[in-house]
Formats: sequence, C-alpha cells, structure tokens
Amino acid sequence: MRTVVPVVERIVETPSTVTLRFDEASRARPGQFVMVWVPGDDELPMSLSYVGARKGVTVKAMGATSRGILEISVGAPIGIRGPYGTAFDVGARRILLVGGGSGTAVLAPAAEAAMARGSRVTAALGATTATEMLFEGRLRTAGATVELATDDGTAGERGYVTGVVERLLRSDRYDVVWTCGPEVMMQKVAAAADLAGVPVVFSVERHMKCAVGMCDACTLGPYHVCVDGPVFPADRIAALPEFAHRKRDPSGRLVPT
Amino acid sequence: MAAVEVELAGIRLRNPFLLASGIWGESGESLKGAYAAGAAGAVTKSIGAEPRAGYPNPTVESYGTWGMLNAMGLPNPGIGEYPREIGIARDAGVPLIGSVFAGDAEGFAEVARQMAETGVQALELNLSCPHAKGLGSEVGSDPAEVERVVRAVVGAVQIPVFAKITPNTADPVALGLAAERGGAAAVTAINTVRALAIDARLRRAVLAHGLGGLSGPAIKPVGLAVVWQLYEKLRIPVIGVGGISTADDAIEYALAGARAVQVGTAVAFDGVRVFGNLSRQLPARLDALGFPSWAFAVGAAHPPREPSSRSPRGGP
Repeated sequence: MRTVVPVVERIVETPSTVTLRFDEASRARPGQFVMVWVPGDDELPMSLSYVGARKGVTVKAMGATSRGILEISVGAPIGIRGPYGTAFDVGARRILLVGGGSGTAVLAPAAEAAMARGSRVTAALGATTATEMLFEGRLRTAGATVELATDDGTAGERGYVTGVVERLLRSDRYDVVWTCGPEVMMQKVAAAADLAGVPVVFSVERHMKCAVGMCDACTLGPYHVCVDGPVFPADRIAALPEFAHRKRDPSGRLVPT
Repeated sequence: MAAVEVELAGIRLRNPFLLASGIWGESGESLKGAYAAGAAGAVTKSIGAEPRAGYPNPTVESYGTWGMLNAMGLPNPGIGEYPREIGIARDAGVPLIGSVFAGDAEGFAEVARQMAETGVQALELNLSCPHAKGLGSEVGSDPAEVERVVRAVVGAVQIPVFAKITPNTADPVALGLAAERGGAAAVTAINTVRALAIDARLRRAVLAHGLGGLSGPAIKPVGLAVVWQLYEKLRIPVIGVGGISTADDAIEYALAGARAVQVGTAVAFDGVRVFGNLSRQLPARLDALGFPSWAFAVGAAHPPREPSSRSPRGGP
C-alpha cells in the first residue's frame, strides 16, 4: 500500500547529496528500501538512511536521478511504498563497514542498530573529495571508529577505500564486512575479505519498476533485487558474470554498467 | 491421485500451470526459475521489434491481497536481443511460449517469425494489453483485425499460435471466434481489466500513464465469465488466466472450460514458489472433488450439450 506524506526535513549532506526525512509508521529494518514517488516526476527505489518512525532517504545527483527528488522542498507531498526487500543482520559482534560515496547511506542505520546492541563497528568510508564524505560525523557520534580515503587526498588516505580495507583486515579481526558502493569496489572488498576469511554482505542497486518481484526489471542473474535483495551475501552475487559489468536498462537489455 | 498432465496444441505439459506473460519472463534466468519452481512452462514477456523502455514509474499500484494495477507499457529488450534470454531457458528444457506484439498484421508476422526461430514451442499474440497506444487491445478490439493478425502469423510460422484476447470489450466471444477463424490453436483469456487509481490527497492519477490494467483475485470472476463464454462457442482450447492463486481457483477455471491456466500476480504475493504449491495441491484437490484427472474437470460445469452442437476437441 502507498502512503502520501509531506517532506518534513531536507538536509544538504554534501554538494551532491540530499537527505529527505518524512514520518511514516511502517516497521523497517536497516538495509530495506522504499519506492519514493515525487508526484508528476518519477518513482525511484531508495534504501532507507533512517529507519525509525521518522524515516529518511539520502539521494545523490547522478545521471539517472531526477531533479524532481533532489529539489523537492519541505512540506511537499511524496508517495512511499514499502519497506521492501532484505535487511542486514545487525546481530554481528565485530563489523567492518565499507561505504563508497552515497553507498554509506544504507550502511549508517545498520551500524547504528548494531552499536545500540553492543556491537563494535569500524567504518571505512571513501569519497572523491573531503566535501563529498557522507555520514562521517553521524557514524563517529554513534561510536564507530572511522577511517577515510579520498581520490584527491583531501581527507584520510589518498586513493581508493579498498586500500584502507586491506590494512584493516590485516590488523584486526571482524565477524562480517558490510559494503555498499560502486560494484567494482564491492568486488575488491569481497576479494580482500575472502583472503582474510571474513564473510561479506553487499547492498546492490538495479533499475526497478514494480518492487514486488513481478516485473523482472531488476534481475541480477537468477535473483530479483527487489525481493531477493537488495542486501545479499556476497558469495551469491560477486561471481555472477553480470555483477560489476552489466545491468539491465529499462527495456530489459543488458548494458555495460 | 488424479492425473494433472495436459496436452495443449500438441505440447505436453506436466501440469496445467503456465507462467503468464508479463510476469518475470524478461530474462532467461527468470523463465528458468519459474519452471524449476514447478510451472509446466512459461510465456515470455511480450516482445516487439525494437527495444522499448515502457512507461516511467509509477508503473504499479498494489491493493493488498485482492489485486494489483499496472501500466508497464510493454517494456522489452526487442526481438534482436531476446534470443539470448530464450536460449538460457530453452537449454534448461523449459517449455516456452513466445509472446509477441506489434501494431498491425505485417508487424506481428515479422516479429512472430523471428520469435519462432528462437525455438519456442508456441506463440502467444498480445492482442490485449489495455494501455499501449496503437498496440495490444487497440489492435485486438476489432474482430476483423484479430482475424487478419492471427491469419498472417499462422501463415508465417510452423508452430501453434495462441491469441490472448482482451476482456475490455462488449463481446470477447467475437474476438475468440475471429482468432479461431484466423487459424489460432488456442485462445488465452483474459488480459488485465482496464482500471484507474486516483490519489485523493494529490488529486491525480497514481500511475504515470494514467489508465492501467487490474490483475489478481479481484478479476477472477471476470476471467471465469469470459472463459465460460468462449468454451460455449469455440472449438479450439481456451487457456484461462486472471486471479488464480490456489489450486481451487485453477479448478474453477477448468470447470468453466480452461484446458490450461496461467498464473501471474500470485507470483508477486507468494513468490515463484506459488507454482510448487499449486502443482502439489492440485492432485489432492481434484481427488477431494471427485475428478479422476484435470482433463475430466475441463468444461464440466457446463450443462450437457446437444451432440450436434459439439465438435471433437481432441479429448476431454
């Protein structure tokens, strides 16, 4: 069922990223997504960046992202369907979280829920530049140890976050790695964690239409990301020939990612 | 236990349950998954000559357990790309029915010819999508045009041709008879029922396209009525579809006259495992209702006919 609610807060997180908060009572678990409809514009799948009664989604300006959702103002009505899909198991004790760019949006509520239950979280966050770093303060406030990497070296290590991840996996022990970001990054994270013998969980993104496992728009190998995901054990996904290489466009054609 | 195998236009099916067109069916892996879950076969997404993105979102509105409204707009990768997907399912042994659409008889014949070359066992002509301009039911609402399209396709391919007709017309039987005259091997009924969702708070239609098609349990009585009427008048088999989510729903369709059935929206409610549930439950339900086989239930709710008014249907 769809609900229509006003946007109650609009927070500019980085020059390219905006969080929209809204009050919606459904029970959601970290990792799940909702379909966010901006009337007259578009309806998009968005992982929840806040999962309580005041929910939130964090939107990045990218090629396919409509201006409508980025520029929506406080008070404007949006339609919400969901929550849908799979969630993170927040019962793990020692968690390494790896966020690339806006991928951190879905990891932050999972980290908060895990820390509230007494888990220890280390977050490795990557961004193009310091001003694009997402939820660093939020994760520190919740009690996470945070390590950064930027492409231009303006925050943390210069280079990809995968370098930080390899170092962390060598120096400490983790029960699980959660990662969301560019698929090439997630694949490298999975390879590094595999060497260290640590299981990995991905949150993945595909073009979606129905969001209820019917229309076949979001297929990834044998899976439908809307119902079998978006949170997957990496060992089910990382070796699929499509992963990190191809995705389906709105017509269902496989096109390079 | 009651036998549930079905013979449909020369195709042997292990049970009466086919994946309906438009559900899954865009990718070969999904067609394969429906068969692995227990479906007897799968109808592909409707494929056209060119890739088509479909309508923008929202494309779906859900009504809890009783129905679903959609206006996808016939998204498909185009017949040029589609053999790759068909190949994945065909190599896994899935009985496949290739669904195609076009704007006129010549277009249908050409895309049907290409679909037949992929190795599907039969074709289903989408003459009934309720919300695509110049396509679907806009072609399929006129009996003369239905007959022209079916005849053109039958002349272009060597495999059985099924015509999927629309309920959004005063006289669906006229469409079924036209398909039969054109040489169709079976008629599939029904497609979704034209419908609209309005949001009062926003004062606007919910789906980006406005009008859509209703599916799910809400339309079962509509589908049963059309199947019933078709069975009364047609010699070729009827494939029933519309709101089937339990074995008893399927038996009701058989009693109305359906030789086989298709399942779509129930996949959204129960997942693809619905096919396993249906195929497991069906023999026991037929036993409980006193039918020695599925075939004995087909048409059994109709009053006995005058011997002269019935022609052979190739078995019960």
